[in-house]
Amino acid sequence: MFQIRIHGRGGQGVVSASELLSVAAFSEGKFSQSFPSFGSERMGAPVQAFARISDSNITIREPVMEPDMLIIQDPTLFQAINVFDGAKFDGYLLINSSKTPEELGIDDVTSQYPNNHVMTLPATELALKYIKQPKPNTVLLGAFAALSNTIKIPALEDAIRGKFPKKIAEPNIAATTAGYNFIIKQLENT
Amino acid sequence: MTKKEQPATDEQMIKFYQTGTFTVGNRLLDEEFRTVQATSERSNSIDSGHRACQGCGQALGARYALDTAMRVTDNKIIAANATGCLEVFTTPYPETAWSIPWIHSLFGNVASVASGIAATLKAKGDTTTRVIAQGGDGGTTDIGFACLSGMFDRNDDVLYICYDNGGYMNTGVQRSSATPGGARTSTSMPVGEHPGSSFTTGKFLPAIAMAHEIPYVATASVHDLHDLERKIEKAMSFRGARYIQINVPCPLGWGSEPAKTIKLARIGVESGLVPLFEAEHGDLTNSTKIRYQVPVEEYLQLQRRFAHILKPANVDQLETIRAIAEKNIKRYQLL
Amino acid sequence: MLYQMSGSIAVAKAIALCRPDVVPCYPITPQTHIVEHLSVLVKSGQLENCTYENVESEFASMSFCIGSSAAGARTYTATASQGLLYMMEAVYNASGLGLPIVMTLGNRAIGAPINIWNDHSDAMSVRDAGWIQLFVESNQQAVDVHIQAFKLAEALSIPVMVNMDGFILTHAITRVDLPEQEQVDQFLPPFVPRQKLDTEAPLSIGAMVGPDAFTEVRYLAHHRQKEALAIIEQQAKEFAKIFGRDSGGLVKSYFSEDADIVLVAMGSVIGTMQDLVNDLRNEGYSVGILSLRSFRPFPANAICNALKNAKQVIVFEKSFAVGMGGILASEIHMATQRFVGDKLIIKSVIGGLGGRTITKKSLRKLIDSANKNELDDEVFMDLDGTTVVRELKRQQEEQSSGPVAENILRDIGVVSASKTH
Repeated sequence: MFQIRIHGRGGQGVVSASELLSVAAFSEGKFSQSFPSFGSERMGAPVQAFARISDSNITIREPVMEPDMLIIQDPTLFQAINVFDGAKFDGYLLINSSKTPEELGIDDVTSQYPNNHVMTLPATELALKYIKQPKPNTVLLGAFAALSNTIKIPALEDAIRGKFPKKIAEPNIAATTAGYNFIIKQLENT
Repeated sequence: MTKKEQPATDEQMIKFYQTGTFTVGNRLLDEEFRTVQATSERSNSIDSGHRACQGCGQALGARYALDTAMRVTDNKIIAANATGCLEVFTTPYPETAWSIPWIHSLFGNVASVASGIAATLKAKGDTTTRVIAQGGDGGTTDIGFACLSGMFDRNDDVLYICYDNGGYMNTGVQRSSATPGGARTSTSMPVGEHPGSSFTTGKFLPAIAMAHEIPYVATASVHDLHDLERKIEKAMSFRGARYIQINVPCPLGWGSEPAKTIKLARIGVESGLVPLFEAEHGDLTNSTKIRYQVPVEEYLQLQRRFAHILKPANVDQLETIRAIAEKNIKRYQLL
Repeated sequence: MLYQMSGSIAVAKAIALCRPDVVPCYPITPQTHIVEHLSVLVKSGQLENCTYENVESEFASMSFCIGSSAAGARTYTATASQGLLYMMEAVYNASGLGLPIVMTLGNRAIGAPINIWNDHSDAMSVRDAGWIQLFVESNQQAVDVHIQAFKLAEALSIPVMVNMDGFILTHAITRVDLPEQEQVDQFLPPFVPRQKLDTEAPLSIGAMVGPDAFTEVRYLAHHRQKEALAIIEQQAKEFAKIFGRDSGGLVKSYFSEDADIVLVAMGSVIGTMQDLVNDLRNEGYSVGILSLRSFRPFPANAICNALKNAKQVIVFEKSFAVGMGGILASEIHMATQRFVGDKLIIKSVIGGLGGRTITKKSLRKLIDSANKNELDDEVFMDLDGTTVVRELKRQQEEQSSGPVAENILRDIGVVSASKTH
């Protein structure tokens, strides 16, 4: 079972991201589950969402305590809450930031991960470019696909088309592809 | 109007006079002027055997109203009833006085129950069966107010009839928001500096119904059967939410003689304290003119609930009641 | 057909498959998405011949249901928590009148302090209201049990409440197999009401009943619930035949027959327990689970049967009677006393209140203690004892110690110290 935890703030599409992940996994024939942290839905408040992907039926209902993949949609959260709580250091970490982990001051944590398991990318800037909105979620989903190889891009595209009308879906698919390509390029460069 | 041959005794002479004021005893009128209630073809929505008090205005009002509704819908009505006197006295287990499909659920929800029935008829495509909700003033202006307002807002196809006797008579005459200022009830006794029910700003539901701009609003009284039957008939000609408030004297709660119910209903109207009018879509369309105006004291003195008002010490309260009558007369153009 | 969707949407679609005639609704978290989606289905014409109405309160909503059901409509609504309390008088009235309404309860805590998250306080507050109360473990069961609920309600002419954990199930997106319309039609015939407001055959519903007959009327309500025990089992079998799935029934055993320690619970926590029990059995623990799928009627016989080989029972519940303790625990105690005697050790665990996460780790600790015969008779799982002691001390020292909820929030750092009253 592969477990994902996404941290962000209300309005950044955190819950949608977890939903899209689970739907994409489903369309690849896997069992999956996603749910939000059920907190306040106010814009700007810290929000978490969870997803699990497995080859067999998932019955567990607890929030993801030990994520294989941690996605940080908003780097300002490092000062607000302990996003690394329970993180598995043989897993992956994806951060929406144009800065390096050193510049973010989290290299004491990120250094515990293997090489190429921690990636930062300017997801908000890419989102502004492709969907004209500061919603980094779909860019990060593309990055997720590139980094973890758990879900393929076509499945994500199907999930996005299933959730949004065409006018919104297509720019988001472009954003997903951009996120994917960004990480692939990073991986190739190292 | 042609008068029938006059009977010989004084007692029957009085009846004859009453006929001239369109009250119930109109079997003496020509057939075309008689109310349906005076004919043998009346619908009998409520059968004999109910347990209402002698002189109960609500029993009369309910029967007149529902018989009319039955007639104009060819007996296709379903009634929902709030908890209260009408519910209790018509359905002493295991008997029922109702000859129409009838449901009682709770005190404060009759408007919603009726809306639910209307929703079923809509879902099943039944456009002939109509729905009536009925309750007393407590079940309407107080505990059932929210449900009623919701029914108005949705414009559900329900005629709501409120039998207004100005208090919680079923539980032993307590004050409701429809109790007239100054009236004695068991929770507003004639003691202390301000005896009787307080003169609050009031909660006149017909005006509130008009503010919802529902298709039809009317007030009626059990003394004027022609007017009452006409208004029910008119209400049934509309679709959507309709509200009729019928003034129904209560001998128990008012401290009046059972034989004076019709008279009280009549002089309540003629004193200006009970305005009769109609409104459509929020606008006043008609008001019933006072035929022989009477001073409010004449109305008050027949009811023990107002006995203290007529004492010299409470002349201020009497003045307030007079002012209410005058305001009604002006607002609803009753003269 | 398989879909990946939220529990709420799945339930809305299942309700639509049941062809309801009337659906009044009033919003309250966490059931809102169900009625929102039903509104779309009706407005867009996908659910035909259905009157959907936005009413002004939960009290109006259940009253609306009473009217529509009495007029012969298959009627559905949903609520939660405070909403259930606000409609309480009508909840009792619906069952008293014998109206087969189906309602989803998106289980949520009851305030004060106000709390929107999941527990079972709302369901337990109506445990004596005369409704059949079913609990579901997953969104698949939520779909399946709602379809069975209409058939059950209409067979017995009593209302059925399907309890579905708020957020944990309603907001979770999982795989769901939605049945085909033909299957549902085969399982669920059109509604034939036992009583109906009908101008062709007028009858009075809701008359006053005095001391001479009230006991008999109430006894019959009890009798009908007892009849439901057999019908629930039978309908679950019939359902399995048509839909090919085990869903519903009175209880569901997960290794409970051959386990020394058995966890008893209701709802979605069963899933987490299964995950734990799989691990523990691999490690050699003798542990099982008994899922109570029908809470009312209370399946005493089925429970005793499932627990007859157990040595220790841990009753886990997401609510409790203040001043008394675990509600389910005491009912299990009563039921097993009669059949198993007092050799069975029953422990009461209260957890998951107001949405507190129920972790495998905490549940495992319970099993470990029980295994060593060290589990207390009554446990409040993951209770923060330090905070409780601190507040008790504060109350002892100061008469005007202030509101408890705010004091505790300040202690644990949710409310900043500067924002005191």
